[in-house]
Amino acid sequence: MAHDTSYTDQDFKIVGSRPPRPDGIDKVTGRARYGADVSAPGQLVGRVLRSPHAHAKIRKIDTSRAQKLKGVKAVITSKDLPDLTEGNRGNYDILENCMAREHALYDGHAVAAVAAVDEQTARKALKLIKVDYKVLPHVTDVDAAMQDDAPVVQPHIQHDGKPSNICNVSQFGHGDVEAGFAQADVIVEKTYKTEQTHQGYIEPHACLASVGPDGQGELWVTTQGHFTVRNLCASLLGMDIAKLKVTSSEIGGGFGGKTHIWTEPLALALSRKANLPVKLVMSREDVFKGSGPTCSTSMDIKIGAKKDGTVTAASATLRYHAGPHPGPWGMLGGMTAWACYDFENVQSIAYDVLVNRPKVAAYRAPSAPMAAFGVESTMDLVAEAIGMDPVDFRIKNAAKEGTRASYGPTYGPIGIGPTLEAVKNHPHMRARLGKNQGRGMACGFWFNFGGQTCTDLNIGVDGSVNLTVGTVDVGGARASMSLIAAEELGIPYDQVKCNVGDTASLGHNDTTEGSRGTFSSGMATIFAARNAIEEMKARAAKTWEIDIEDIEWRDGAAHAMGMQHSNLAPLSLAEIAGASPGTGGPIAGHNEVVADGAGVSFASHICDVEVDPETGATRVIRYTVVQDAGKAIHPDYVEGQFQGGAAQGIGWALNEEYVYGEDGCLQNPSFLDYRIPVCSDLPFIDTEILEIPNPNHPYGIRGVGETSIVPPLAAIGNAVSSAVGVRLDHTPMSPPRVLKAIKEKQAGG
Amino acid sequence: MRYEAPSTTREASALLANAKGKAVVLAGGTDLLARLKSGDIEPDLVVDIKRIDTTQSIKRMASGFRIGASVPCVEIGRSAALKRAWPGVVEAAQLIGSDQIQGRCTIAGNLCNASPAADSVPALIAAGAKASVVGTAGRRTVAVEKITTGPGKTSLGKDEIVESINLPKRPPRTGDAYLRFTPRTEMDIAVVGAGVCLTLNGKGEVSKARVVLGAVAPTAVIVADAANAIIGSRLEDSALAEMAAACEAACNPIDDMRGTIEFRTDVSGVLAKRAAKIAYQRAGGK
Ligand SMILES: Cc1cc2nc3c(=O)[nH]c(=O)nc-3n(C[C@H](O)[C@H](O)[C@H](O)COP(=O)(O)OP(=O)(O)OC[C@H]3O[C@@H](n4cnc5c(N)ncnc54)[C@H](O)[C@@H]3O)c2cc1C
Repeated sequence: MAHDTSYTDQDFKIVGSRPPRPDGIDKVTGRARYGADVSAPGQLVGRVLRSPHAHAKIRKIDTSRAQKLKGVKAVITSKDLPDLTEGNRGNYDILENCMAREHALYDGHAVAAVAAVDEQTARKALKLIKVDYKVLPHVTDVDAAMQDDAPVVQPHIQHDGKPSNICNVSQFGHGDVEAGFAQADVIVEKTYKTEQTHQGYIEPHACLASVGPDGQGELWVTTQGHFTVRNLCASLLGMDIAKLKVTSSEIGGGFGGKTHIWTEPLALALSRKANLPVKLVMSREDVFKGSGPTCSTSMDIKIGAKKDGTVTAASATLRYHAGPHPGPWGMLGGMTAWACYDFENVQSIAYDVLVNRPKVAAYRAPSAPMAAFGVESTMDLVAEAIGMDPVDFRIKNAAKEGTRASYGPTYGPIGIGPTLEAVKNHPHMRARLGKNQGRGMACGFWFNFGGQTCTDLNIGVDGSVNLTVGTVDVGGARASMSLIAAEELGIPYDQVKCNVGDTASLGHNDTTEGSRGTFSSGMATIFAARNAIEEMKARAAKTWEIDIEDIEWRDGAAHAMGMQHSNLAPLSLAEIAGASPGTGGPIAGHNEVVADGAGVSFASHICDVEVDPETGATRVIRYTVVQDAGKAIHPDYVEGQFQGGAAQGIGWALNEEYVYGEDGCLQNPSFLDYRIPVCSDLPFIDTEILEIPNPNHPYGIRGVGETSIVPPLAAIGNAVSSAVGVRLDHTPMSPPRVLKAIKEKQAGG
Repeated sequence: MRYEAPSTTREASALLANAKGKAVVLAGGTDLLARLKSGDIEPDLVVDIKRIDTTQSIKRMASGFRIGASVPCVEIGRSAALKRAWPGVVEAAQLIGSDQIQGRCTIAGNLCNASPAADSVPALIAAGAKASVVGTAGRRTVAVEKITTGPGKTSLGKDEIVESINLPKRPPRTGDAYLRFTPRTEMDIAVVGAGVCLTLNGKGEVSKARVVLGAVAPTAVIVADAANAIIGSRLEDSALAEMAAACEAACNPIDDMRGTIEFRTDVSGVLAKRAAKIAYQRAGGK
């Protein structure tokens, strides 16, 4: 049934309140079950052998000694995962990433796996596997990989008619940038670099796989999208989609890194071979080396402006590394780079480049933070050059309703202008700064996404409501969905219990990515509830023996309308549910939808830092996030998303980075040396929610999960640069880098 | 792997002496367990010293303090007398890890683990601490700086155990301090550490000093030139600058993902100056 998804300015009773989340107590008491918390009788321990080389030909793998070790029940290599992809290159790339075939393509690439009765045996078995490698030249740096003489990662990929690491070139924009630059009073052109970072989710990848001799299987897994995991694993292993049931566990963070499959097909293949359940939990080192971090980048940004602040032209050349297989990452950088602004002449050219590093996966607003670092740093430089306040400069050039975005579409109502005005008027902007302190601000954009969603709502005979959604709850979505169902049905929040259903209990749901969970499942929940209401009205009509048209649903009850029915007391949801066995059986609502019309999202951040001029150490002392949520269903969890994105952005800006050695191997695959911020590194992050309704959602919801990580790199870069009086152009702005910049400035006078 | 938890140091030492294959001492285990888990070492015998009562307490004596080798750092932080006497040592011990690590980790373990970045070691050396070492041949007392010989290497014999770390009685007009640099506020490894202990004469001039750097060489380094630079001074800027230069000259660090050579060298002087100022104040200098 088609529903009207347009925004209606409805008055909310519960939506917008802040009740505790239903998964909260279990999570703080340790009862919640994550990926590694489930066991099966007779389960084996799975372990993966990984390449110690950045690039190598695999001549031979000898597993015979491992297979003979007592307690080893299965050993697999790529031979146990035959290529069933039938020419689908995307799927082949996934298969090759899950388990190396002829070549190991990065340090940490899986080459074999074992299942054994316990961990010690599994570990011993890995040591007994002999891999004969022929080490090949490697390349890990994005700029080096673009050189003509660079080692080629995937010989089948061509650029300009010859094998190359450049696997995609995309271009966006409009107008004539050359003509635009010719009109500029001031042109600033600068090159930036950002190092590779990892999502840093606290829970490592973990799963429990079981495949029987009848070809039926089950998988318990920590993921952002169990339907995606099911479809991909079934296809790689040659199983029917319906015969693989995937259940998503509670998830200890994903941020894009759990939108994909890594060791899951290996666990299934091991289980199939051993004919026993296999639990496979990654170590932290495995996570750093063998999952999907984001790209490193190198960028040239150029902006020309008139003295009055009008930008006449802007261009960006972006180089993003993709890992060993092509991805859309450079393209997304190119699309997002200028999205905050209304420029007449604008262009971005983006390159995706293969390197011998792990496959890149999405990381919260993937690719946007890096481009924003280059663009927003340069915006500040231009503002300075023309002597204009950086906020006013951005306000003057901000995109608005009707602006043609640099990546193509024309915007509807959007929040960039309002977030900038809110920043301009925020007390944070007027607070006094102390010695060695600096302030910066920056803007960010993310598209958001809708996609396929399928939701069930079942009403129990006692009037309590089970809402089953298929979008994994990564940030409090079950609370938001319960609020929406309660709002529609007119019942208290506590009367609704929201569950995430497994793949056997619902139709396909796209992965929780692109900030789509609350937008799309929220939409499906509204319509599922409205379906159930129609059914309850029908039951009331039957009970009262009146026309359904004479019944209205209000305040959680069916009300008969009109004078002739004034003697009929309302029938509550609980009363209708209680009578349901005799009025037609269970009452349910259902909805499946492709949620189109995700509302774009904008944010502006303000940040104060203090830099120790003798050590280059930066402390963030105050941070404010202003973002458009469309409609904040549960403001606590909207604020949580704002704060979480800012916290990750702060880590990225200041300390996080993949450090590769000359040998192409990762030097810091641990939380000790890959430094995400700890609690005491962060100030309390202030938030301000703006609500500019998305016209394409009944409640006006926009996604809120990602945009918050887009501005921090640049906001901190602008703040640090202002504190030390020299422009930082390379993240992370770690103490050695900042101290070096300070010393170079001092040496230069 | 065999696990033993003897109740005397002699027994422990005998177990180690007679062990076939690799034997290791276990104190708090915050280094050892991580290495066992990662498969970095696979010992045949683990000798836990936490049941040995002579290792279990902090004793205050006429000659100073005796800190048992299995006393967790949280206890060091709770000892008001120790804090009054050697605040630099206590601060250094309290920098190790986090609350959870503090409940287990020991300064003897920190020393015997022999990491160049061990936080308590520069502070202990600056304060003139000694290790009481027990082996099958008996007991010997060794200056702390003599224990570590290189990354992961010590001068201890196979059968030897550090039973306690002994701190002298604090001389009059003496103060100590330890500072480290880490990119994060906690849960991090020192990129540079600086321990300073100094004694003032009646005129408020530095009469004796010890400046010790951590994480800038294979072992903690005692920088005699840095100490000499401030002896006779009231920490005037010129003396501090000379001390910083001496520290930078004494650095022999590695370039790694934790810090560049250039950075470690620069920051060693900065931290030594800052630590010296704190120690000076603690010694009663104005
Ligand atoms: C999360 C985390 C954070 C950390 N942070 C820091 C930090 O900030 N600063 C820092 O310096 N260290 C840090 N460490 C390292 C470690 O906590 C310290 O080195 C600690 O002091 C070790 O003490 P322990 O008692 O746990 O040693 P153990 O692990 O028990 O032993 C360490 C080594 O010393 C040997 N050993 C122990 N006691 C004796 C003895 N009495 N005689 C002879 N040999 C002995 C053991 O055989 C072993 O080789 C950290 C570790 C972790 C896991």
